[in-house]
Amino acid sequence: MTEVEETLKRIQSHKGVIGTMVVNAEGIPIRTTLDNSTTVQYAGLLHQLTIKAKSTIRDIDPQNDLTFLRIRSKKHEIMVAPDKEYLLIVIQNPCE
Amino acid sequence: MAPKPPHKQSVSMGRGARKRDDDSGTEVGEGTDEWTQSKATVRPPDQLDLTDAELKEEFTRILTANNPHAPQNIVRYSFKDRECQMEPPPRTNFSATANQWEIYDAYVEELKKQEKTKEKEKTKTPVAKKTGKMAMRKLTSMESQSDDITKVSQAAKIVERMVNQNTYDDVAQDFKYYEDAADEYRDQEGTLLPLWKFQNDKAKRLAVTALCWNPKYNDLFAVGHGSYDFMKQSRGMLLLYSLKNPSFPEYIFSSESGIMCLDIHVDHPYLVAVGHYDGNVAIYNLKKPQAQPSFRSSPKSGKHTDPVWQVKWQKDDMDHNLNFFSVSSDGRIVSWTLVKSELVHTDVIKLKVEGSTTDVPEGLQLHTVGCGTAFDFHKEIDYMFLVGTEEGKIYKCSKSYSSQFLDTYDAHNMAVDAVTWNPYHTKVFMSCSSDWTVKIWDHTIKTPMFIYDLNSAVGDVAWAPYSSTVFAAVTTDGKVHVFDLAINKYEAICNQPVVARKKTKITHVEFNPIYPIIIVGDDRGHITCLKLSPNLRKMPKEKKGQEVQKGPAVEIAKLDKLLNLVREVKIKT
Repeated sequence: MTEVEETLKRIQSHKGVIGTMVVNAEGIPIRTTLDNSTTVQYAGLLHQLTIKAKSTIRDIDPQNDLTFLRIRSKKHEIMVAPDKEYLLIVIQNPCE
Repeated sequence: MAPKPPHKQSVSMGRGARKRDDDSGTEVGEGTDEWTQSKATVRPPDQLDLTDAELKEEFTRILTANNPHAPQNIVRYSFKDRECQMEPPPRTNFSATANQWEIYDAYVEELKKQEKTKEKEKTKTPVAKKTGKMAMRKLTSMESQSDDITKVSQAAKIVERMVNQNTYDDVAQDFKYYEDAADEYRDQEGTLLPLWKFQNDKAKRLAVTALCWNPKYNDLFAVGHGSYDFMKQSRGMLLLYSLKNPSFPEYIFSSESGIMCLDIHVDHPYLVAVGHYDGNVAIYNLKKPQAQPSFRSSPKSGKHTDPVWQVKWQKDDMDHNLNFFSVSSDGRIVSWTLVKSELVHTDVIKLKVEGSTTDVPEGLQLHTVGCGTAFDFHKEIDYMFLVGTEEGKIYKCSKSYSSQFLDTYDAHNMAVDAVTWNPYHTKVFMSCSSDWTVKIWDHTIKTPMFIYDLNSAVGDVAWAPYSSTVFAAVTTDGKVHVFDLAINKYEAICNQPVVARKKTKITHVEFNPIYPIIIVGDDRGHITCLKLSPNLRKMPKEKKGQEVQKGPAVEIAKLDKLLNLVREVKIKT
């Protein structure tokens, strides 16, 4: 297995992680560990939010760029790491 | 073909003429003859003369619904309006937002394109260009085809660290902000707060044999795994961990022989020098993703014949070649230089046990070879260094003299495990040994200044980078002892068991150069990170009205004061 596959596997098996997914530049999920409907919902909504967040950061300073986005909610935490072409989304429950 | 037709024509004309002579009356006969005659090809005089090959050439024509003879662009003139109306040109829809950063990105791309064209102009060959274009086309088609999940590698790394940060959130907060308030009430003692624990399945059975913090990236440290057991020798591992990801190492390297020591270069923090149990030394380059070391010694290139106990990088030599020193039980201290991607060795010193020459008849003198176990180079005086041996002696040596020692100290009764110079005071060094003691020396005096007995074999000892009077020692009974000579000259101010199971021996300890943490390695392959409580990090108190002095000079003065006290006592006695 490639290193990236191993890393993703480790993340999925980490304590408290509910699901991981990889979304491409158009908002279409490529890889997921959750069911289809949830994945599609998360992918679509978070893709738009990431674009907005990225646009905000870069508008303030074009030399800056978004590294990651963390949304802490009552139930769990959604972490989004954007890349040039892909988006990596992980949902974790930090305190079990 | 040319001569034939006129011949035929003449034949046909001849026939026609004959017929007319024979049957001038019957029309039917003439008609049938004319009909049979029609097989002859009639060639117009202005027809193109083409060769066979040209005649066989096929031209493909695509039939379309468009009338090829109809005009493409029609301009209609309307007589009523006296205007011209043309067919609209083809259109597509395009939408985007013109943000400041989109404009910036466009400028950056333009710059890159300009730089590329400049580079291409410099290296211009038309053949090369064509092949380059072909290769480019192949590459792009391949990329679009494969799913290429390897592009997510950077994002995956960041997410793994985030997930770990969430899981170990309390530990990360403690590391950054927790200061034990109970230290105020604890007189002068301090404590060690356990933070993260690092372990890897692959290194489970191997003991931690070496620890080193990376000089550039303060959260990265290297761990060498091997075995101290003479009977059970197996493979070795080199792992590099980051504090940001306690669950998995950043880099993993495997080797056939156990790693006994390692050192990271100060100027090139991606070069790791490693010494093995089988006497080999190797250099690993972290920038290259190979699993094998970049350079390795071999029996031909002068490897040691016994385990290498310590390696240390030195300043580049006059030809700007990287070089490092290694010490081994075979009694040789060797300088390895990296010359044109090869390791070249030079024997610096051969350790000889003094006073061991036995008088054999015929004047033969036997020199027994001393076994070096530890060394350390002076911070300022470049050529001076100390070597500790298995016999318990410490030799002060110079790089320039290969046969004689500058000085000898009868340090310990058993093997010297570690020797380190004080980071501030240029005269003071410390040594520890399996004979349960830690001794602090002034290199001009033959007897130690301070002696501490720790009730168990001392595995390693290290000076703190922030104070000249603080140091830590680790013992085989699983305890960490922290001393501050400015507070208490005779006892440790912290005496804490750190490892979970009994019978686990702690093998190495290292202070982090920036953060108030230490890492401790044990013989089960686990590394524990501990935070020093405020009492262990005390800086000299400012008296009211006086300025707070900081800097190495203050540290040196502090230690000098202590040493003077000890020296006075000695002179008196």
